[in-house]
Amino acid sequence: MTVRRPPAGTHPPNDSPGYRSTAFRHPNEPLVIIPQTLSEITGPAYPYGRIEATDNDLTVQHAGEPLGERIIVQGRVLDEDGRPTPNTLVEIWQANAAGRYMHRVDSHPAPLDPNFSGAGRTLTDNEGRYRFVTIKPGAYPWLNHDNAWRPAHIHFSLFGTSFLSRLITQMYFPGDPLMPYDPILNSIPDERARHRLVANFDLGVTKPEWALGYTFDIVLRGSNATPMEK
Amino acid sequence: MRGLTPFQTLGPFFDFGLIIPNGDTVAQPESSGRHVVIEGTLRDGNGELLADALVEVWQANAAGKYRHPADRQDRPLDPAFDGFGRVATNDRGEFTFKTVVPGRVPGAGGRLQAPHLAVGVLARGVLTRLVTRLYFEDEPSNAEDEILSLVPAERRPTLIAKRIQPDRYRFDIILQGKGETVFFDV
Repeated sequence: MTVRRPPAGTHPPNDSPGYRSTAFRHPNEPLVIIPQTLSEITGPAYPYGRIEATDNDLTVQHAGEPLGERIIVQGRVLDEDGRPTPNTLVEIWQANAAGRYMHRVDSHPAPLDPNFSGAGRTLTDNEGRYRFVTIKPGAYPWLNHDNAWRPAHIHFSLFGTSFLSRLITQMYFPGDPLMPYDPILNSIPDERARHRLVANFDLGVTKPEWALGYTFDIVLRGSNATPMEK
Repeated sequence: MRGLTPFQTLGPFFDFGLIIPNGDTVAQPESSGRHVVIEGTLRDGNGELLADALVEVWQANAAGKYRHPADRQDRPLDPAFDGFGRVATNDRGEFTFKTVVPGRVPGAGGRLQAPHLAVGVLARGVLTRLVTRLYFEDEPSNAEDEILSLVPAERRPTLIAKRIQPDRYRFDIILQGKGETVFFDV
């Protein structure tokens, strides 16, 4: 078994001049192509002893309710052949409704919310499904270029079935006017791949008189059914 | 075929979401094998230390067995060993893992590889995860390792942790420029 190589243009090149922080953090040397061994086709299942019941509901982790627009984000974790990835860890973290992270280095002059930490985790079920309840994150400024603002986004971290299916990404919201200006989203060369990071508004997931619903399916690297090409 | 979901950077504000209690402890005190500490720093192309990076490792146990269904070798699992570690670098760009030296596992052609850890580097300013490997100085099998042999000889030392004490290794990662760590396309 080998893991399929990512199609060109899917993952952003680490040398992406529009995103200034890449300037001194990308390798100059070409990556060395290596075959996959047991070390790569295996990987951690999930690194937590247990997941608490409130870990996938970011609105109930404190004494009071957080401010902002309550939302549901759910979806499936699949491989490229559409096979669900069950029992895999999904971790998220995000800014609060005002666009401020609960982080010592975030100096954006927007209020912290004592009732919102902004971190969650869950395991997918047998069909690869996950679900979070959270608050819609706000946009926030950053220093990448003049008048730079990040579109609203939720960070996602996934493991999948091998060391090579590991994924760190960001989910964006449909219709966000900041997306065309964002060098992080637009570092992805393939426009169709870029579009995969935008969640769908879903009236079926939306709960009447309670919260808007979004679906966000995540596709991880899958295995080749055929023997490895030499 | 479904389209793969693209990578994005961690950004600078991840640690409240991704820090694991004892994430640096790959091996428990009762795990079998030679216990070692791996320490290192992460630097960019200006020689600056990265205080906002995440380093993850994955390895076999001391018997050369991965805790994973794809490992069908007839070798023992260690109940006190899972094989995964994750740490954020501190304000001085440092990271540390407490682990055991893994056993040799088969390579793509079935020949045994030298003991190694698979390493992933994630950081602000790194859009797609960087993948490398950590090997151990003083391991004679390094000379016959099929992955090391694919790396130009002058760059191989970037993949080999230096033994600075009997049970302590040093593995500095340089993302760019002089002494740049070898990263893999795998």
